[in-house]
Parts: sequence; C-alpha cells; structure tokens
Amino acid sequence: MGGPTETFYSVIRRQGMTRRSFHKFCTLTAASLGLSPLAASSIANALETKPRVPVIWLHGLECTCCSESFIRSAHPLIKDALLSMISLDYDDTIMAAAGHQAEAILEETRAKYKGRYVLAVEGNPPLNEGGMFCIDGGKPFVEKLRCMAEEAMAIIAWGTCASWGCVHAAKPNPTGAASIDKVITNKPIIKVPGCPPIAEVMSGLVTFITTFGKLPELDRRGRPSMFYSERIHDKCYRRSHFDAGQFVEEWDDKYARKGYCLYKMGCKGPTTYNACSAIRWNGGVSFPIQSGHGCFGCSEDGFWDNGSFYDRLTTIKQFGIEENADQIGMAAAGVVGLTVAAHAAVTAVKRLTHKSDRAAPKGKLS
Amino acid sequence: MFVNDMLDRARKLIAAVDAEPTERSIGAAIAYAPVRLWHCVNAAAILMLSLSGYVIGTGTPAMSGEASGNFLFGYIRFAHLSAGYVLSIGFLLRIYWALVGNAYAMQIFWVPLWRKCFWREVYHEIRRYAFLTVEPGRRVGHNRLAQLAMFFMFTQTITFMVVTGFALYGQGAGTDSWQYTLFGWVFSIWPNSQDVHTWHHLGLWVIVTFALVHIYAAIRED
Repeated sequence: MGGPTETFYSVIRRQGMTRRSFHKFCTLTAASLGLSPLAASSIANALETKPRVPVIWLHGLECTCCSESFIRSAHPLIKDALLSMISLDYDDTIMAAAGHQAEAILEETRAKYKGRYVLAVEGNPPLNEGGMFCIDGGKPFVEKLRCMAEEAMAIIAWGTCASWGCVHAAKPNPTGAASIDKVITNKPIIKVPGCPPIAEVMSGLVTFITTFGKLPELDRRGRPSMFYSERIHDKCYRRSHFDAGQFVEEWDDKYARKGYCLYKMGCKGPTTYNACSAIRWNGGVSFPIQSGHGCFGCSEDGFWDNGSFYDRLTTIKQFGIEENADQIGMAAAGVVGLTVAAHAAVTAVKRLTHKSDRAAPKGKLS
Repeated sequence: MFVNDMLDRARKLIAAVDAEPTERSIGAAIAYAPVRLWHCVNAAAILMLSLSGYVIGTGTPAMSGEASGNFLFGYIRFAHLSAGYVLSIGFLLRIYWALVGNAYAMQIFWVPLWRKCFWREVYHEIRRYAFLTVEPGRRVGHNRLAQLAMFFMFTQTITFMVVTGFALYGQGAGTDSWQYTLFGWVFSIWPNSQDVHTWHHLGLWVIVTFALVHIYAAIRED
C-alpha cells in the first residue's frame, strides 16, 4: 500500500496521466460539485499536496450495484483517477489480495491510520441470529463493521442498503437487515442513497472529502445537500407537462409517445430526493423518466414496501386487503353517507308519527 | 333562521354553562359573529381544498396542445395551496378567538374527557340520536357528542392537514424555505414523503366523512 505522503497527483503522474488531463479532471469535478470555476485550482492544489485518504470499502448484504455504478463514473479519466485518488486500501470485490492477506490489510489500516481513514460501507448488516446471515471473513459482518467503524474518521453509507435498508429489509425482514445508522451511532455517517447511487454523485462526494478534508454539508436525514436537496420532480424536464396537466394515461398511448408527465403512471419523482434529473446516468445519457418509465423512488426510505411502482397512492396493508387511501376513504364516506340517510329517514318517520300524535305543541320546534 | 335561532338560544342559556369564569362571557351575539365568519371562510376553503386536493391526487385528463399553452395543473395546485393558506390563517385566528372569546369558542379545542358529567351528557346525546329520548341536552354551543366529533375529527384532522400540507409544500419550496424549516420534522416521522402524501390524502376522507355528518346534524337540528 502507498505511503502516507503519497499524493493523488503523484500517483496519476506515475500512471502516465498528463498534467493537462489532470486539470481537465479538476475542472469537471468542480463543475459537477456546483463550485465556482476558481475551485478547480484549489481542487488541483489539494490533490497535488494532500496525502491520499485511505478508504476501506466493506460489503455487507448487497448486490454490488454501488460498486458497478462507481466504476462507471462517466469520464474515463474520472474512473481511472478515482481508483487511485483515494487510497482504496481494501475492497474485497476488486482487490488483488485474498484470504488472510486481505484481512490483514484491515488491521493494518485500522492501526496505521487511526481516525484518518474513511470507511465506505456498501450494503448493510443483518442483525437477527447474532448477525449469522452475513458471514464475511469467517465472522458476522456486523462485527467487522463495528470494529472498523471504531477508528474511522467518517463513514460513507453507499446506496439505499446502507442508508435505509433496501429490499432485503422489506417486510417481514427475516434477517433483520438494518441500515448502518442503527448499528453505528457515534460516528458521522454520510448517506448516499440510491439503488445504485449515481456514479458522479459517488465520485463527486469522494472528491469533496479529499479536496477539502472535511465532510460536506448534510441535510436533515444525513445526505449530502449538494446532491440530495432537490427532488427528481423539481428538475424534471417533463415538469412543464405536469404543470400543464398533460399526463400519460397508459403505457402505450399517444401521450406516452409525446413524452407527457408520468405522474398518473405512479412516477415517484415528486417524492424522491436524488440528482437523476440533473446529472442523469451513464455520462449524462439518460435517466428513467427520459427513457419513458416513471421514477420508482429507489433513493427513498421504504420504497420497497410502498406497494406498486405504478400507483400514485401507497397501498395500505393495515386494512387486511390491499387498499389505497382513496378506496378506504370512499368506503368510509359511503358507509357514513348511508348511515346519515338512514338516520334522516328514521327521523322523518319519527317526526311524522310524533306530529300525528300531538300536532300543535311540537310543530313549532323545527 | 338557524343563526338567529342559535343566537336566541345562546342568549337565554348562556348562564347555564358550567365552570367558566363569567367575566369572559362578553355577550353571545358579539362572541358568536367571528365564529360564524370563520365558519364561512373555513367551509369555503375546505371545499376548495377537497376538490383540488382530490384532483391533484388523481391527475387531470390530458390537455391537448403544447405544454407552453396550458397551465391547468399549475392553477389547480395554486388554488389548493392558496386555499391552504386561507385555511391555516383562519385556523390560527380561530385559536386566538378560542383564547379570548367566550367559553363556546373554546369547545372545539378543549374536551374535558376526564369529567364524569361530560360522559353522562355524551351518553344522553347518543340516546337522543338513537331515538331513545327526545329531550335535547344542552342547547348552547355544541352538544357533548358534537364536541367530541369536532375535536377528534375536525380540530385534530385540520391540524394534521395543515402540518403535513406545509411539510409537503416545503418540499417544493426547497429545503431552505421557512416551510421546510418549520415543518420538515414531519419527514422524521414518515421518512418517505410518499407516506405523507398518503396520510394527507386519508385526511381528506376524514374531513369528507366529518362534513357529511356535520351538515346532516346541523340540518336535523334546524
């Protein structure tokens, strides 16, 4: 592993990257972080002078889609650079070492970079049965996570698994899969939800931490504000159709071909905080809504338990059969309406019989 | 007339209210007028909110033409949001009036569930609505059953709707808006705002159900 004084710049120069490409990368990164053009030079300066931040990348219960996304970070230079920019000391999916050799690195980093390394966690630990549902290196993953988190500077919770729980935490959650913040409570946790998170969001976040040596501003729920402060809906290019009241009614109708708003098709854009509609995917090629399918809110807590992806209203399971708010509400209003009608009828009958009994005195009451 | 009738009854029986300081009862007619006014504004706002809210939840039929030539959904949402503001401000004024007005103005915010006589009166009202007795209970303000319904179905629901409504509004206004700062904590209870939408939508039906009973009871009393 690289020595503590090795900088990002020296690594990429050694790998044959030109200085020109390096500055291109800095400018792109500054732009993607929404910083001023001048920030590119401070990024360059930081990458040239600051020692690389050691990163330990753990994998719990997950599908590795975060890693898949990360290594596809749009610009080829970003992809190359990021793998060297951070000193990725341990990542069992893509590292060369294996077995005891690999596990030794964990101990080494933990001791050598006490309080200075970043712990990136992809996936989450299952807590039931003492964590036996996810064994990593011969012991429960939750133990490994606790152990490495103890000495970490900060923890990055990659993806919806680590942030909220994701599909393997779906009801009834037999393995007891729990988000990272349920296990680690005494360290700053940066949540980067999404299934997977956008590649540029991941690389942008890592760049921010290495450049400024601090954690980015987080929102109420622990997500970096720079990427998660707006909903898909707020920047959606189909928003004008939403405001105009132009909606797709069926998947293959003419409105779908015209690219109308997918609101009625259950698009979760209005309730999902992510940067898809701004940064898009695969180097800015597209994102779900642009491809004609509604957002299903993969970066939101509990999206896996909220019923169909194609309904606007959440299924409410407490009512036995699966109903949504409208059906329940209409049923309740209907029952009450009938009761009122029946009550009115009885009142009328009562009053009529009453009137015929003693017509004069009671009549003036009404 | 219903109003005059009520005012008349109120005047006659104002003294019969239990355990309220008499110096705060500043004459039923004066005390009652703001509540009537609020009732009108509130009813109109709720009607507008319910209709526009239902349409926002389900979506409109597709408008023809270019998106630039239409703003239907925008207008519907504008109507919903501005009616929401009217309702909220009215509700705040109503709370203020409950504090400075007479004892009846307080009724929908204050339910003495712990008092035995309260439950006796509730029981009486249930018997009355079940046609088991014809004697009306108290005739000033709300009867005890109505008070229960008012508090649990109206006051609580409206408070809930205002809070969740502003929280959802804060999402659109942005995380640096005062709406989000004041009401963003709602998303700590329901992390996925889709759930907040769902509950907000269920709230609509509670209000609709309440309105049905409310209007029926009022007409029946008349």
